[in-house]
Amino acid sequence: MKNKLLIFFVIIVSFGFIRKLSESPVTKNDVVLKYPVSFPKPLYNFEQNKLSPEIFTLGRKLFYDPILSKDSSTSCESCHQRPAAFAHIDHALSHGINSRIGTRNVPALQNLIWKDAFMWDGGVNHLEVQAINPITNPDEMGESLENIINKLRRNKEYATLFRKAYRDSIINSERILKALTQFTGLMISANSRYDRYISGKDTFSDQEKNGLDLFRKKCASCHKEPLFTDNSYHNNGLKPDSSLNDKGRAKLSAIEKDNYKFKIPGLRNIELTFPYMHDGRFRKLKDVMNHYSESANKNMDSDEKLKGIGSLSDKEKKDIIAFLLTLTDREFLNDKRFADPNFR
Amino acid sequence: MLPKLNHAQLSNQGKLCIVFDHSVGNKALALDTVNYQNESGQNFTITNFKYYIGQVQLNRPDGTYYKSEGYHLVQEDEAESKKIILDNIPQASYTSVSFIVGVDSLHNCSGAQSGALDPTNGMFWAWNTGYIFLKLEGKSPASPNPGHIFEYHIGGYKSPENSIRNISLPFENPLAIDQTKYSLIIRADVSEILKNPNKIDLSKTSTISDTRNAGIIADNYSDMFSLKEIRNEK
Repeated sequence: MKNKLLIFFVIIVSFGFIRKLSESPVTKNDVVLKYPVSFPKPLYNFEQNKLSPEIFTLGRKLFYDPILSKDSSTSCESCHQRPAAFAHIDHALSHGINSRIGTRNVPALQNLIWKDAFMWDGGVNHLEVQAINPITNPDEMGESLENIINKLRRNKEYATLFRKAYRDSIINSERILKALTQFTGLMISANSRYDRYISGKDTFSDQEKNGLDLFRKKCASCHKEPLFTDNSYHNNGLKPDSSLNDKGRAKLSAIEKDNYKFKIPGLRNIELTFPYMHDGRFRKLKDVMNHYSESANKNMDSDEKLKGIGSLSDKEKKDIIAFLLTLTDREFLNDKRFADPNFR
Repeated sequence: MLPKLNHAQLSNQGKLCIVFDHSVGNKALALDTVNYQNESGQNFTITNFKYYIGQVQLNRPDGTYYKSEGYHLVQEDEAESKKIILDNIPQASYTSVSFIVGVDSLHNCSGAQSGALDPTNGMFWAWNTGYIFLKLEGKSPASPNPGHIFEYHIGGYKSPENSIRNISLPFENPLAIDQTKYSLIIRADVSEILKNPNKIDLSKTSTISDTRNAGIIADNYSDMFSLKEIRNEK
């Protein structure tokens, strides 16, 4: 009995401790837009959504809250998980409410303010309206913006958060979407070992140097530094999966030459964002290397650029992978600003 | 843009109320309850009708104009939405009214917006970003769809699939804007959406909900408007 009481006491104290930590506030300095001089100018302009600690805090709360889904089971974070650079750990296709499976792999969230379009097919033209898709997709969160607004209006905690963020009591879709944008837009990964090597603050092994050279010769025409994407769309020679029947960009344009073209993803934190490709068919980077070396240009419709890769030796594959692992950004992954506010 | 006006000039400004009056041919539009017939003799009812109006402009004979900012979502089932009030119109003589049906490219690419352009108004495509400019939905025994429904969701701001249409309606006599309260009654005839210049066969074209096939309906709605009456409300 005494022991039980003691355990109970410890639990109560721990809850108090966790609660206290969770209240450590986001400060003005936490919401300053910072990126290396080697990066281009962002395409998203925070002038139309002025950064503030209060709006960022609201966006973080929303991102981690399953209230955004129809049955309160699924949050943004359910699929965009922090330890996986906000991709979905070990899931090939997205998972949603009622155990539903989507048709595409969850992309990592980072450096979004440099993207001119979103989704694997580039159908979404602005970061602020991106979140409407997972929220309303019946295979993902299955909810409507109207219902979310009603749920938030009935919630005392959100009433306070919105008032702090916007200085009045209005809760509408524009504010919800802009708050989410402040949170996801500040997810900037720019301090990997690669970045420090480029700026002369770190060294590469011979293998990593060779990997970078090979990468620049064979991969960088699409995966352009420093963001490792040129924001374009290509058919990378994957054999179409008839069970998904996903024609990529042609789904929007209905133009045959767009068949099976998908967005070139940025490669930062690729070590953690497995499985790979738009349908998550490859579990290991080794499989990705094998694809580009052996099968990518066997497909009649695959992009001309793939022919320039040629066949890679085992050593070359290993060297490229060694380089790719330098794109892991521990500072970004451990950044407390992006942690679950309920367990900070 | 309007020049900045001082207080004295403010009193020299007028108001105008634009009222949209929906009809199907010569019959008034009523949702759900009234049977209409198209030129092919197909019966139909209308269950939903709404569209965006923007860039409303009053034009003077010398080529100058007064332009009102913002967008309006006109909805058959919301009486208030069918009235657009223009304020602070400089006193002058005007010879026509013009506007667009749709939402311009800039506002299709501006992210989250509220008011008329709030995505919760049900006039927004999320997966292929863009506003739906006009929704016409109804039922017809001729339609092969489940429930015999027909649906036209028309949008598209990018060339060549651009469904924005410019409308210009000249006044019979120049309209002098002063302190008089005028209402401009503009008729929107839904039957035009189904016939002119593209005759719509409800048994064949019963659903359009992408930008690719939207042009035939957009060409039809580009001449559904006519000036019915300028009323002095006194």
